[in-house]
Amino acid sequence: MLNYRVIVDLVEENSKILDLGCGSGALFKMLTDEKKVKGVGVEIDENCVIEALEKGLSVIQGDLDEGLKQFPDKSFDYAILNQTLQSTNNPEFVIEEMLRVAKQSIVSFPNFAYWKVRFYLFFKGKMPKSKQLPYEWYNTPNIHLLTVNDFFEFCKKRDIKIEKSIYLTRRKKRSGFLIKTITNFFSEEVIFIIKK
Amino acid sequence: MEDKIIVKTKYFKLNKPIKLECQKELSDIEVAYETYGELNEAGDNAILILHALTADAHAAHYHSKDDKKPGWWDTMIGDNKAFDTKKYFVICSNILGGCKGTTGPSSINPNTGKPYALDFPVITIEDMIKVQKELIDFLGVKKMIVVGGSMGGMQALEWSISHPDLVKSTIIIACAPRLSAQGIAFNAVARNAIISDKNFNNGNYYEGEHPERGLSIARMVGHITYLCEEAMHNKFGRDFKDKPSFDFGVDFQVESYLEYQGRIFVDRFDANSYLYITKAVDYYDPTKKYGSLENAFKNTNSRFLIISFSSDWLFSTEQAKTMVNALVKDNKEVSFVELKSACGHDAFLIEWEKQTKIIESFLKG
Repeated sequence: MLNYRVIVDLVEENSKILDLGCGSGALFKMLTDEKKVKGVGVEIDENCVIEALEKGLSVIQGDLDEGLKQFPDKSFDYAILNQTLQSTNNPEFVIEEMLRVAKQSIVSFPNFAYWKVRFYLFFKGKMPKSKQLPYEWYNTPNIHLLTVNDFFEFCKKRDIKIEKSIYLTRRKKRSGFLIKTITNFFSEEVIFIIKK
Repeated sequence: MEDKIIVKTKYFKLNKPIKLECQKELSDIEVAYETYGELNEAGDNAILILHALTADAHAAHYHSKDDKKPGWWDTMIGDNKAFDTKKYFVICSNILGGCKGTTGPSSINPNTGKPYALDFPVITIEDMIKVQKELIDFLGVKKMIVVGGSMGGMQALEWSISHPDLVKSTIIIACAPRLSAQGIAFNAVARNAIISDKNFNNGNYYEGEHPERGLSIARMVGHITYLCEEAMHNKFGRDFKDKPSFDFGVDFQVESYLEYQGRIFVDRFDANSYLYITKAVDYYDPTKKYGSLENAFKNTNSRFLIISFSSDWLFSTEQAKTMVNALVKDNKEVSFVELKSACGHDAFLIEWEKQTKIIESFLKG
């Protein structure tokens, strides 16, 4: 998966990571294999925890919305929240906790202002569905969908520094700043490195 | 049905006295143990199984062809099971202070020729490990995985802390780094029941009637703590055994269950052992000993897997998490799973399928 590749490239070798919502540990495993990272994953689903354990990863079963109070301040080089922000109950709290426990945080999410998503809603008049957002409105775990512009505003209000931004479109990636409105329109998925 | 595998309990005699935490020395210690599988040449494929309060060295397989019941953790130990005896050399020994073959208060005191009874020194979890260490050395084990549930978890924890050079993986199930005040309270009631039995005779009951009523009440109290409200509701509800008797006999199913558990327990357990072992559980507290749990774990050299059960209030998820958090703070490799179960503390002996998956994955990784 392209976003895994991008995230692996962002992380420095031998760093200590906290993979939040690590699922079955595919990204975490890539990071340990390629970047020799150490660290721990947090995952709520029992079956995913078992799959991650099978890969030899350290995983703690837990709910991100309950906070990361077991982790001391700045105890990780990176906290990673890959495609999970939009499904947390309290995204603001989760991000604040990440910024507290890690020197840098990597956050990725599907951009709800992507043109295809907009067109879906505009023409079909229904909650958008796509490869990135495959669920129905009544069963989606994505309860806090957001756009690139929303995230910029969120960070600005809280003095969160965006160190790097990477925009993914149809399996291509672009980094750095483009004109915001255009970025917001053309990016299917975004990856930010943030810190505070 | 596959053929029953027959095993025998073996006995190992320590050739030196052990200095106990209470500063007394105990000599002529004998340890009952069983092993399954083969130790490899490097001596590093061992798994030490640590049993809970009232279990024994007979963890797996059968003692004879006619045996109805296998060892207490047979669901987890054997060919292609969580603790695969094709791959691992599995060891289980009866704890010091027990009454299942290892020296305890019912053993003969060599100085008097009579059972120790209350002359037996008060032992701790740490003392149990000291004795197990002698057995491990005797067997030629160089590296091992330690596993235990409930009080067995406390022993596994203590092994990882006191022998970082020996322990490469630690699996702690349905356990806490120390018993809660509520847990101590229940143990106190259990001990009181034994001590106030008219046959207790200050522990010297071996030649006469045993304090059976006291011991069975102690076991009933224990069983309340091994269940939870939901488990009791599911198992018995408010069902009557028969009709209300309008006297103070056993009316409800739950009463009948506790009576039964108490009654069968006295045939297989020694009242003095129950006093000593519950005391050891009450005393165990590495947090206090090392100043903090983080300090206790500082020198460990092991991967950790900690498993709790959602409805276990005797050793709750919250308590299990204190170990996880301390290990995280110490930068140790730790994984944690809370299994959903309505079985209370008993879950660790019942929910073996889920545990198998998790433990297999952890051991594979």
